[in-house]
Amino acid sequence: MSCWDTIADYGLRSLGYGERLLPRSDFTLCQQFTLIGSGLLWNIYFGVVALLSGFVLATALALGKASASPWFRKPAEWTIFVFRGSPLFIQFFFAYFLFLSLKGQVDGLDALTSAWLGAAVVLFLNTAAYSGEIFYGALLSVPKGEVEAADAYGMAGWTRFRRVIWPTMLRLAWPAYTNEAIFLFHATTLVFFSGFPASRQQGDALYYASYFADKTFNPFVPYPILAGYFILLTLVIIALMGLIGRRLNRHLPAAQATARRPRRFALLFR
Amino acid sequence: MFSYCADPDTLEGLRWLSCYLTTGKHLSFYWAFGTVLLLLAVTAPVALLFGFGGAVAARSRVAPLAWFGKGYIALVRGVPDIAFFLFFVIALDQGIEWLRHQAKCPDWDQPIRQGNDFVVCAEAKMPLSTSAQWVHEVYGFWLAVFTFAIVFGAFAANVLFGAMRAVPRAQIETGEAYGMTRAQIFRRILVPQMWVYALPGLSNLWMVLIKASPLLFLLGVEDIVYWARELGSTKTPQFTDYPHGDWRMWYFLFLLVFYLGFTRVSEIALDRLMRRLTHGQATLGGGAGRAGMTEAGPP
Amino acid sequence: MKTLILSSAVLALTAGAALAESHMQTVRLGTEGAYPPYNFLNDAGEVDGFEREVGDEVCARAELTCEWVTNDWDSIIPNLVSGNYDTIIAGMSITDERDEVIDFTQNYLPPAPSAYVAASEEVDVMGDVVAAQTTTIQAGHVADSGAALLEFATPEEAVAAVRNGEAEAVFADKDFLVPIVEASGGELVFVGEDVSLGNGIGIGLRESDGELRETLDAAIQSMKDDGSLNELILKWFGEDAQTF
Repeated sequence: MSCWDTIADYGLRSLGYGERLLPRSDFTLCQQFTLIGSGLLWNIYFGVVALLSGFVLATALALGKASASPWFRKPAEWTIFVFRGSPLFIQFFFAYFLFLSLKGQVDGLDALTSAWLGAAVVLFLNTAAYSGEIFYGALLSVPKGEVEAADAYGMAGWTRFRRVIWPTMLRLAWPAYTNEAIFLFHATTLVFFSGFPASRQQGDALYYASYFADKTFNPFVPYPILAGYFILLTLVIIALMGLIGRRLNRHLPAAQATARRPRRFALLFR
Repeated sequence: MFSYCADPDTLEGLRWLSCYLTTGKHLSFYWAFGTVLLLLAVTAPVALLFGFGGAVAARSRVAPLAWFGKGYIALVRGVPDIAFFLFFVIALDQGIEWLRHQAKCPDWDQPIRQGNDFVVCAEAKMPLSTSAQWVHEVYGFWLAVFTFAIVFGAFAANVLFGAMRAVPRAQIETGEAYGMTRAQIFRRILVPQMWVYALPGLSNLWMVLIKASPLLFLLGVEDIVYWARELGSTKTPQFTDYPHGDWRMWYFLFLLVFYLGFTRVSEIALDRLMRRLTHGQATLGGGAGRAGMTEAGPP
Repeated sequence: MKTLILSSAVLALTAGAALAESHMQTVRLGTEGAYPPYNFLNDAGEVDGFEREVGDEVCARAELTCEWVTNDWDSIIPNLVSGNYDTIIAGMSITDERDEVIDFTQNYLPPAPSAYVAASEEVDVMGDVVAAQTTTIQAGHVADSGAALLEFATPEEAVAAVRNGEAEAVFADKDFLVPIVEASGGELVFVGEDVSLGNGIGIGLRESDGELRETLDAAIQSMKDDGSLNELILKWFGEDAQTF
């Protein structure tokens, strides 16, 4: 069987297309590359969904935490505290048990116990909390002068936020937010590893890597393949986030934009 | 533990609970908390050391050394830590045994890899298969420490690298004006000055390290997650004196509370330290320089 | 993934201990500790169960010093192969697939049936969602059967999946399921027919450990011959269990 056949058979195996049974014997490198790559689709799915949805909630959390009213501040603070203060690993475990007990009592929540929704919800809340804290920090550092300038132009409320505060906040937060995005994608490997069961042998990259490690009894091939895929993924994320970051900074003189670069190294990760 | 625990079937309520929570298994669970704390306490300085080495290498003027430092930082940070843990410990273990094998058994004529088996001579085994169980435990613990330190060393290197660059250029120029050598500048100006810039990143790293500790069981150390899963699972009356249903949720809730408490305490302590270090320093402590670096939490 | 350690049980060998001491070899026995009645951790946190007693007896007869080590099921073979312990005695069925990588002694338990357990009798074990422990022969069988396989890291979680409705049925060793079904008070029932998989359960060893294999083989044979193995089987698996 040529490698192309293998790719045709297993390229979308993680989504349930192609061969029903996983390879059982005579494992080839091509099979390992194909299946682990196929599993990577799940990592990308979880990462993208959580990042996009988490972005919205993160903005809300940051505003809530900076709010003067305790009705907004307290819930935001506690959400951020709970999700940042505990290991994601345990959040997955705990969320799975919680979803299971919810499932029995409330109708319409059945899908929560499957990974595609349940794990996405956990990752969404988790990344929202981390990004929320980053945005909150950035929000506090928005220069007073910019806000005053907005006032002088007669902007207020939503307009002022959308056109002045929010873009500046994003610009300041971007290096740290890039780090958060990288870590989020790395964290997606925990989905099938703890808590959420893999159904019909459809799992993420780590699931297939450990499948091969189990079957070939040799961890030295599949895990480095997995690592290679993730390094590539990380580079893609850095490139994409860099593009957006450059757009956010496009009004700044070039020298000033580059002068900011060292900050990227010192910033937040988890 | 208590005298009245001899016949748990007759017990009820609090008395039953007091017996249940003091079984040998539960004591191992409580010990596991100690193991986790000890691992964190040992790993943090070791990782910092690795990080320092990595940062110095990455800054080096010798190109291969700089590549090595930057490669180390990029490689380890680019890979999910869990993937790293899954094969690194076995690789490390075999690597150590292979080196010992080369040193101790030069006359060995059989291949080391026999099919899937990794075979070294008995004297090269780490630890020796005749050694006591606690030696195996201690060895496993140190392997875990080392693995954690390598991973978190890369992150620490990244922070320190940034912190060294953040030291104001003027400070270094002043040193040069005094005629200090490069090594003197590094020792007397750069290193003492960089800590205040590194501290936010390092305290963040400490939080990350705490939250990575449940991955310990991947490294073969029986940690609190292992025990919580084992203790919480359904117990049928045939195999235990304390049968119960699926209690994993409660055990994990307990772990969640433990971690929340632990990170909160660390946060407060680090905040105090930061305030003290920035006291009188010409940085924006609390201002823009710390954007996004303060840990979250209700005040 | 180094050795997980719970209870270090150095066995005090009674007969002829002093005599054999000079050539007594230390053998580390790897087990899972989460698969009653085969092996589990008792309330004191020590390895207990059928395999604990078999292992101790085999070691006594082979005049070996044995230590028990627990390790997660999914990495139990890699850790054996890389030498973190010397044997696997964890309810592991002898299969061709495993035999290619490691060696087995003769079986100390005859081929045991695997069975489906569900919450109701009407479940179609060939078509519905069936839970199993990852990398077991049962998981392989379910994947082949056409049912939708749902995999869990421990057998305990696989059973829990049936209780909470995640899966319609669980497929596992019957001997593991019997006490669970009995304790469930009618909540769980056996469905479908029993399936016989594998060639019985044996002690797994590295392929390069031929000598140890022979020693253990002889000890198991002597336990089979004098009937003490059958006694242990009946003690742990009930009067109806298959014996040698």
